[in-house]
Amino acid sequence: MNTITPPEYLPAVPQSRHFKAERFDFWSFFFSGLTGLATLFILGILAVILLNILINGWSAISWHFVSTIPKKDFFDAETTGVLPMIVGTTIRVLVMTIFVIPIGVITAIYLTEYASNISLTTRVIRAAVNNLAGVPSIVFGLFGLGFFINFVGKNLDAILHNPSAVWGQPALIWAALTLAVMTVPVVIVATEESLKAIPPGLREASLALGATKLETILRIVLPQALPGILTGGILAVSRAAGEVAPILFTGVAYYMASLPAILPINSWTWAITFLFCPHNRRTSSRRAPFFTPPFWCC
Amino acid sequence: MGIHRGHRARPLEWLAEKFIFLVSLSTILMVFLIFLFVAREALPVFFGETNTALVQKAIPVDEIDKHSPEQLQQYLELTPEQFKAMDKETLTTLMEVKVEAQNEIPEQFRDDPDAHANTTDWRYLLLPHKWADYAKPEFIWQPVGQIKKFNIIPLFVGTLKTTLIGLLFAVPLAVGAAIYVSQLARPRVREIVKPTIELLSGIPSVVVGFFALLVMATVLQKIFGYQTRLNAFVAGVALGFAVIPVIFSIAEDALTSVPRAYTQAALALGASRWQTAWQIVLPAALPGVFAATVLGFGRAIGETMIVLMVCSASVMSWSIFDSARSITTTIAAEMAEAVSGGPHYRIYSCLAHCSSQQRSSPT
Repeated sequence: MNTITPPEYLPAVPQSRHFKAERFDFWSFFFSGLTGLATLFILGILAVILLNILINGWSAISWHFVSTIPKKDFFDAETTGVLPMIVGTTIRVLVMTIFVIPIGVITAIYLTEYASNISLTTRVIRAAVNNLAGVPSIVFGLFGLGFFINFVGKNLDAILHNPSAVWGQPALIWAALTLAVMTVPVVIVATEESLKAIPPGLREASLALGATKLETILRIVLPQALPGILTGGILAVSRAAGEVAPILFTGVAYYMASLPAILPINSWTWAITFLFCPHNRRTSSRRAPFFTPPFWCC
Repeated sequence: MGIHRGHRARPLEWLAEKFIFLVSLSTILMVFLIFLFVAREALPVFFGETNTALVQKAIPVDEIDKHSPEQLQQYLELTPEQFKAMDKETLTTLMEVKVEAQNEIPEQFRDDPDAHANTTDWRYLLLPHKWADYAKPEFIWQPVGQIKKFNIIPLFVGTLKTTLIGLLFAVPLAVGAAIYVSQLARPRVREIVKPTIELLSGIPSVVVGFFALLVMATVLQKIFGYQTRLNAFVAGVALGFAVIPVIFSIAEDALTSVPRAYTQAALALGASRWQTAWQIVLPAALPGVFAATVLGFGRAIGETMIVLMVCSASVMSWSIFDSARSITTTIAAEMAEAVSGGPHYRIYSCLAHCSSQQRSSPT
């Protein structure tokens, strides 16, 4: 063991007490271990859910399964396929993205770039965004049924003189719009955070060089904020792709027939999200799907 | 030309600003429309305009002119728009159908006082009532059958039960994990664990419900040995799974944003890492941790599919090992049977209002 001998001009340090940065404290050790165990437990839950789905679902996944449109019996495990659901979910989410990204991004731009923080309008908009985030998903479903289908759809039918209900019934577009209303706060919050993270100096430099406010936003601010906006978009997509309640009444085909019957099917656990989304037979194409289920890991 | 040029000098700028402002008003419009369209359906229940009495005084068909349009509309259970769209002939047919329906009611209900009662009255909605088949006054939610019973107290109790079990399960785990990850773990561990736990929030609630239904219910029944396999306890624990990532990520952010000087000062004074985390950092971050809990509570109340899949009988019981049904679940499960515009449908709109909550901070 190396010991450093102190120079002679210093008084001798008593060697009896060995300096230790941390005493061993039983309760500290105990509680630290407890919080560590909590972390492990949560990770364990995640692993068990994912592994269970993977192990039970693996044998059922085949090319036939993901690329077939069930002709007769949807619940015949031998011949069935989930292509309509994959296509339906994908189109629903894409349509939703087209609506939600512009509205969310523009609102966020207004809130961070144009509005003053204390004006009444800004406060009302912020309150609206917060309230929108606090509405349960099933209430969005009720709203979609009452507004989009029974109000907008029925009136469209009346204006266009359709003999039977074309717009005034559950449809892909209404489901997508309902989901767009639901995910607007997600996009706004994510975009706002990325806009706030851009240093004000960049904006000031741009303005000082003679660019207008609009040019600054379009050329300087938005390109910088793009990663954050994309994150918001992905969050919205992952929320919307996994959501069932808002589309129960607004866009899902034969939902009451499928809801009780789906539950006992053990081997396709992974497809359960899509099982609720067979929107529209016409939307399903015969082309090979490029879309595997990437949604619930986003 | 001054620095501040008006919209004459830069019309495009001016137009863009107005456009951005108008688009940002759309969120207000959305909230307003949601409120309006749900409230429009719910209001007749509050004003006592719905009538679900099974035995009603039939109006003979030839007396159609003696009654005001409002009375007829209410009698035929039509919405004002539907009523306006009908000509007299249709109304007469409807009245005939109504009289026939009254004649077809089984004899046993003629003397039953319950069959004469309007079950959407607030007394039946909120207070226990002694129904004919029951020995004592009880809270019953039973919206199908001849006499529809709409007592919403069992649904509130079910929501409370599942939500509280979920929070009791999730809050200690999530906050403990947040303390560990933000204060005690090494930075490398933190970089891996945090995104992994947030992955849990990417699992759709249907999948969590499915897992709880098939796997967890059996395992928990073996451990605790209770009677009913699917009950509020299983649903609560599954809700906890859904709520953990919400609470964890917000609590972790709050704990991390406590200034490092606090931690360093405590450590320099000789406190251990745990003492620092528990006595210095956690009190400083308590508002954030509390906000995380409130957000988790909101998520658990609004969660529909997990409770729908795991336990779904609307039993009035305070035992956590009995079945329960939450408010949002009820809407999802029974909405399909409700006639649009009927009293049943209107009660769901009321419930939807009850389950919406105000939030003070964004997710």
